[in-house]
Amino acid sequence: MRLTLVGVSHRQAPVELRERVAVDSAAAAALARELADGCEAVVLSTCNRTELYLASDDAGHHLDHRASASLLALAGDDAAALAPVLYRLGDDSAALHLFRVAAGLDSLVPGEGEILGQVRDAFDQGATGPLLGHLFRQALHAARRARVETAIGESPASVPAAAAALAQQVFDDLSDRTVLLVGAGKISELTARNLRSRGGLIAAVANRTVAHGEELAARVESRAVGLAEIPALLATADVVVTSTSAPGYVVDTTTAASVLRRRRGRPILFLDLAVPRDVDPALATIDGCFVYDVDDLEAVVETSLAGRRVEAVRAEQLVAAEAERFREWQASLAVVPAIASLRARAEEIRCGELAKAEGRLGRLPESERKLVESVTSQIVAKILHLPTVRMKEAAAGADGVVYADVVRHLFGLEEEEQS
Amino acid sequence: MAELLVWPALIAYGAAAVAYAGALRDSGVTARLGIWGVRIGWLAQTALLIAQALDTDGFPWGTWAGALNLFVWLVVGAYLIWGCTPRYRLLGLVVMPLAAALLVAAWAGGGTGVSTRDTAGGLLALHVGLMLAGFAGLTLAAGLAGLYLWQERRLKRRDTGLLRLRLPPLESLDRLSARTAMISLGVLSVGIGVGLASFDRGDFDVPMAVALAIWVLYAVGLVLRREMLLWGRRFAVLLVAGFALVAIVLPLTHFAS
Repeated sequence: MRLTLVGVSHRQAPVELRERVAVDSAAAAALARELADGCEAVVLSTCNRTELYLASDDAGHHLDHRASASLLALAGDDAAALAPVLYRLGDDSAALHLFRVAAGLDSLVPGEGEILGQVRDAFDQGATGPLLGHLFRQALHAARRARVETAIGESPASVPAAAAALAQQVFDDLSDRTVLLVGAGKISELTARNLRSRGGLIAAVANRTVAHGEELAARVESRAVGLAEIPALLATADVVVTSTSAPGYVVDTTTAASVLRRRRGRPILFLDLAVPRDVDPALATIDGCFVYDVDDLEAVVETSLAGRRVEAVRAEQLVAAEAERFREWQASLAVVPAIASLRARAEEIRCGELAKAEGRLGRLPESERKLVESVTSQIVAKILHLPTVRMKEAAAGADGVVYADVVRHLFGLEEEEQS
Repeated sequence: MAELLVWPALIAYGAAAVAYAGALRDSGVTARLGIWGVRIGWLAQTALLIAQALDTDGFPWGTWAGALNLFVWLVVGAYLIWGCTPRYRLLGLVVMPLAAALLVAAWAGGGTGVSTRDTAGGLLALHVGLMLAGFAGLTLAAGLAGLYLWQERRLKRRDTGLLRLRLPPLESLDRLSARTAMISLGVLSVGIGVGLASFDRGDFDVPMAVALAIWVLYAVGLVLRREMLLWGRRFAVLLVAGFALVAIVLPLTHFAS
């Protein structure tokens, strides 16, 4: 069976081209069904890539051509621009590519986890058979191993994610921890969403214009208040996210220090995402008070990404080993028909000889007849075990087809297969 | 032959200490090696203690070196409760070098031999065992407090590697160190109670006074924490300072003679 991949990704194509060939989940499933005429097909489409995986045991299917034509058709007027940036991979290279994609090694941010779910969805909605089924299952397995056995997915890759992870370094479980948002900007909202996804409770959105704050408050299931209420809210908040465009400090030592001291060391984390800064850095001198500005968070993200790149090297090795296993499996497919024929031939001989001896065996009690059946089956299995293993081993190298042909010739299997 | 069991224990503890140091850079395999070192070492030391108990009439850990041997076993045993979870593996970075060093001291002092003779009564043995268990718990609490101070310092300094080398969260360390200290104080109280049961008027001596002073120090610390008068970094400093006091004063008063 042959495997073919044709695709376009962020590595070669700008977003203007990628968006022309991007398809949603339903369209991807429909396209896979359309392509799977006499073959197997899976369509993987994300914001960074659209890839068509096709497999068939019929060389006449021209999978490469069909897949390319489909993508060019999707591009419409931009087909001419798309053609030079399409990549085409076959068999081992295609498998390794998918394994790398699933593990997040081909992503913009190494190790990002979203791609794993997208590959799983593509697999679920694809028209898979023995080859693509095995390929995608092993790709998902390789990706899970990469995430479990390396730390590639552990560190956050964005400022909002890093902010939430930092909060967990202080408070552990964020369930029912109260979060105060100061300012209603986009970055505030993203951080709030990250904190909420980890259990945080948005207590209030404090904004200079309360009406603007209400929009965000509605989205994060909270209430909007004016900036004047900040000192009172500091007494109970665990995490404070600030992102106003105010020219000076919104939370300064004169208004906040006394409130914070009354917290008696109960930790409070300020995540100051504003430029110019909203939180007076001098507050960090108070016991239990931690202040991070946007530069600090970006430095944390940069260190995390450096860590991911180190882990990516380990993940690459792991994924390469999985790809090698797939290659061996795929190569073994070449000898499977010969093995099946050999076993069928042996079984036929066994049954034939037992049938010849039926006259004598018929006099045996049922238990002894079963014993004879069992013993003869075991003899056949034992005789065929080593040749089967050796053929599969040879298939992993370059000699698989030669071995299969020799076995067919020695045991006269060609005639049988033809008949 | 049984006293040779001290070597596998010592080697495993030492290997665990080295592996935990390595886990600062690679959190995967080395941390697992560290945990296995702790497990194997603790099993070897358990076998050694059993051999000592079987071969001795009475309480085999009555000498300072013997007590140290038992103390190390209790500390590592208590650590195993947390150390086997990946989250608290870095606690081993504090505990295991200490355990290895103390076991070497116990061995050098002859506390790991199996032919000791001691005539201590059952009540006294129980008293010593409970006191050692209490102090082992306080050692662990000090280890957790040490981790708290380290994590707090990293957070205050805005260490960029905070999310690469992840220590347990600050609040968890605070809560766990306080809980460990509280349980240890309970065990220590029972130990002191058992000691007082066999107490004769006129027996009151310096070691007893020191044990009571340590008990009062921790009790006051825990009460102040409960009343929100001592918290976070200051409470952690108290636990570490208390441990330093225990480590210096107690051996001097109990075993100097």
